[in-house]
Amino acid sequence: MNTKVTIAGVEFKNPVMTASGTFGSGMEYGEFVDLNQLGAVVTKGVANVPWPGNPVPRVAETYGGMLNAIGLQNPGIDVFIERDLPFLRQFDTKVIVNVCGKSVEDYLAVVERLGDTDVDMLEINVSCPNVKEGAIAFGQKAESLYDITSRIKAKAKQPVIMKLSPNVTDITEMAKAAEAAGADAVSLINTLTGMKIDIHKRSFVLANKTGGLSGPAIKPVAVRMVYQVSHGVKIPVIGMGGIASAEDAIEFLLAGASAVAVGAMNFVNPYTTAEVVKGIEAYMEKYGVEDIGELIGGVRE
Amino acid sequence: MKKKVQAKILSQQKLAEGIYDMWLATDLAKEAGAGQFIGIYTGREAHLLPRPISICEADKEKGALRVVYRVAGEGTAEFSTWQAGDKAEILGVLGNGYSIEAGCGKRTVLMGGGIGIPPMLQLAKELSGAGVETDIILGYRDNQLFLKEEFEKYGRLHVATEDGSVGTKGNVLTVMEREQIEADVIMACGPMPMLRAIKSYARDRQIKAYISLEERMACGVGACLGCVCKTTHKDGHSHVNNARICTDGPVFDAKEVEI
Repeated sequence: MNTKVTIAGVEFKNPVMTASGTFGSGMEYGEFVDLNQLGAVVTKGVANVPWPGNPVPRVAETYGGMLNAIGLQNPGIDVFIERDLPFLRQFDTKVIVNVCGKSVEDYLAVVERLGDTDVDMLEINVSCPNVKEGAIAFGQKAESLYDITSRIKAKAKQPVIMKLSPNVTDITEMAKAAEAAGADAVSLINTLTGMKIDIHKRSFVLANKTGGLSGPAIKPVAVRMVYQVSHGVKIPVIGMGGIASAEDAIEFLLAGASAVAVGAMNFVNPYTTAEVVKGIEAYMEKYGVEDIGELIGGVRE
Repeated sequence: MKKKVQAKILSQQKLAEGIYDMWLATDLAKEAGAGQFIGIYTGREAHLLPRPISICEADKEKGALRVVYRVAGEGTAEFSTWQAGDKAEILGVLGNGYSIEAGCGKRTVLMGGGIGIPPMLQLAKELSGAGVETDIILGYRDNQLFLKEEFEKYGRLHVATEDGSVGTKGNVLTVMEREQIEADVIMACGPMPMLRAIKSYARDRQIKAYISLEERMACGVGACLGCVCKTTHKDGHSHVNNARICTDGPVFDAKEVEI
């Protein structure tokens, strides 16, 4: 049975990754999951300098999901390279670094620093809805996305994944802009902008008022978008949004994703990633699937 | 080592209005210490995230954990309906807990306010076991003095009530003044106004205070960065003066946090 997938020339032992921002740099969940079992660890967003993030409360539970407005708190590229990357390199898994910034120059500074390292791929965060500058500002207009993608591609030494926001009119148009600018892959979906109000206090639950909705509640939206995008572009799609089980992951593969990422459900069940890996193998065995490639985009029309 | 496991409910009883007392059979008890907490999951998929609940007692021999919690929403309301024999998913053991060493050989005062009282029980027990004689000050709203008798065997007990119905009228610091209690170290858990007052009390007298903080949490294991608090110094993990309450805390040296 072959579970290997290849994206932009990088071979992953299986299609199961972690969604950025839900897995730190692997250290915390390494206590629950053998990171060697994962296709890749996708890190929390890393900026050129440390970011303090937003005021608390930063998280709120919602029906079948949660809102977060962490605001991309991160220790910056120096600490990442000194501390987090050597930790991740102890494991036989691919390392994809999520890159965030307030300006194109910020992104480029991180991309250039990572060019001197052995990280396997870069994922560019142009879709976080919780920071005032940068991030989603680059990901909601096709022209801006094209511009930042081409400038990053000109500097990047590793293959580049553009992480797309669902908070747009037509996500396929965004994916096409990224593809036209040379992106090697796209990942989707980032969180959907949401809001929760405490009716007893008559106030917003999150200090940031709005936050990104994730978890099983958003899965059908994510599957639909992965299906549409994978039919609109030729570059590989990495699918995510509410994956809680192998069954969910297989839905994304059938919709057209070449790999999948587990996000908010890590917080609920810290063993989710490993269970998804095992469950995909069990599914392949049950249905006599020899190569995982048969599942990718395999939904019958 | 942190784990998500299934635990069996051993007992459940109501201690006061909205306050419940639940014992859970779990091996996690062996690793649990005062001031640490567990995440308890509801049985409903609509409510996905574990609820952080402090450990009131850890019986290492029996392999049982006790939590005394307040019904604060739909999740904890569901917990209160569980009966002996029911099963619950829990995540633990989480957080750093109190240092027993920090209380040894000193005039140590424990302060618990409201639903911050339960974690002080395991702390009182551990300090007493280490031979430390403590003053224990419990602050209640009214005469519903849950857990009070259980503290009596571990130290000199003082009670304050907001409405003055029992003990000293006022809060835990009113007792310090009224009873002329001298402290080298304060260990406390309670609502934020109480913790702020303790922080400034300790600063003015140049004594140590260890306070247990809470915040809305998602993962409980330090990955999501949801439950941060401002710190005086750049913390080792984030490098941005934001410590994670779930893993760097919940117990902090009061002078290290800005609350």
